[in-house]
Amino acid sequence: MKKEITVTINGEKRTAEVEPRMLLVHFIREQLLMTGTHIGCDTSNCGACTILVNGKSIKSCTMLAVQADGKEIITVEGLATTQGLHPIQEGFHLNHGLHCGYCTPGMMMRAVELLENNPNPTEEEIRWGIAGNLCRCTGYNNIVKAIQYAGAKMRGEQLPSTEPEFV
Amino acid sequence: MIPAPFDYAAPNTLAEAFALLEQHGDDAKILAGGHSLIPMMKLRFASPAFLVDINNIPGLSYIREEDGYLRIGAMAREADLDHSELIRSRYPIFTDASKLIADPQVRNMGTIGGNIAHGDAANDHPAVMLAMRAEVVISSAEGQRTVPIDEFFYGFYMTAVQQNEILTEIRIPIPPAGTGNAYHKLERKVGDYATAGVAVQITVDGKGFCTYAGIGLTNVNPTPMRAARSEEALLGQKMTEEAIAEAARLAAEDCNPSDDLRGDEEYKRAMVGVLTRRMIHKALERARR
Repeated sequence: MKKEITVTINGEKRTAEVEPRMLLVHFIREQLLMTGTHIGCDTSNCGACTILVNGKSIKSCTMLAVQADGKEIITVEGLATTQGLHPIQEGFHLNHGLHCGYCTPGMMMRAVELLENNPNPTEEEIRWGIAGNLCRCTGYNNIVKAIQYAGAKMRGEQLPSTEPEFV
Repeated sequence: MIPAPFDYAAPNTLAEAFALLEQHGDDAKILAGGHSLIPMMKLRFASPAFLVDINNIPGLSYIREEDGYLRIGAMAREADLDHSELIRSRYPIFTDASKLIADPQVRNMGTIGGNIAHGDAANDHPAVMLAMRAEVVISSAEGQRTVPIDEFFYGFYMTAVQQNEILTEIRIPIPPAGTGNAYHKLERKVGDYATAGVAVQITVDGKGFCTYAGIGLTNVNPTPMRAARSEEALLGQKMTEEAIAEAARLAAEDCNPSDDLRGDEEYKRAMVGVLTRRMIHKALERARR
């Protein structure tokens, strides 16, 4: 009953046998042992498990691992390169876009696709764009700022100083 | 939550999919976007023994105008509506609806065909399709048949699609000049099912008389519901404030909402009235453009 699937995850090809009922998020966390993708609500509400499948942000708790066969997956582990953090990671870091951090991987993966589709979003477009991701700590303001920072950096614009001011 | 065990196939052609449906009979279920089915399987409300995943079948996700119809392939995603220039410029009712359906990630997966084939009166596209008098194309190994949207919804989660069939296309007659349409649902929070939702399409002639009225209601009846008396009240009438108020009153009177966490019956009826009035106005505004 197990099916063989092959996925390319963060650029690396992986082949494995899975039960058809295995959810993609469980496959990533428990079989590929990449635990950056979180499970929050497990009901496709909270967005903590958001990853990119063929460039589209999806909730990996509501996709079967067998559905990912032949697909290209990017998780939060795939954002940083040897050159350093991804602009969205830098944005979250510098703007304090997280408190507990649980929603952060999903929030960032969603933001990556949002900026891909709309490189210069308004604040309203950002807020609608992350409507499928819940954060229970930040009140979203710094998350919005983090995404604005990443957008500006990816557009090659002059960045506002985010260094804390010590008096 | 993990679904009960099942077997799975992802055929590359409709012919193979029909063969699998034939072979597995009532044990089989079609997997489209999966954002209604997989949650139901995780909760064990559904435990099909076999899933036929139709995501790998090419040629089912178009959105185009052809032969007098707007044709939407069953596997077109909600996000495809968001990104379609044709939809944005000519069919604003879909932009109204897709913005209110779940959230961006769910819209990347959820399909228009699945939203209708699920047969849930809480889904948003059924009311839109009722307002636009869509036809549903249903395919099987024997060929194709076309079912008017009014004959599509049989009951709770029951539709005209039979076990050996697959919904493959939705066809909407291209509305004539002088047409406007709009959809809105009242929701408690982003991504919620409708407390009440109303879809309206209106055509007015050069003198301001109504020549077409389509009004569909979301989640205020066991099945997606046409507000038939409201439509009749508008047809042939000058679109005055009184005529609109009467159509709204009839929609509120004729719907059959039930009390639940989203509101009691009285409240939902009142909201159907308010939304019907507002959506008629919005449709008229768009018709004038």
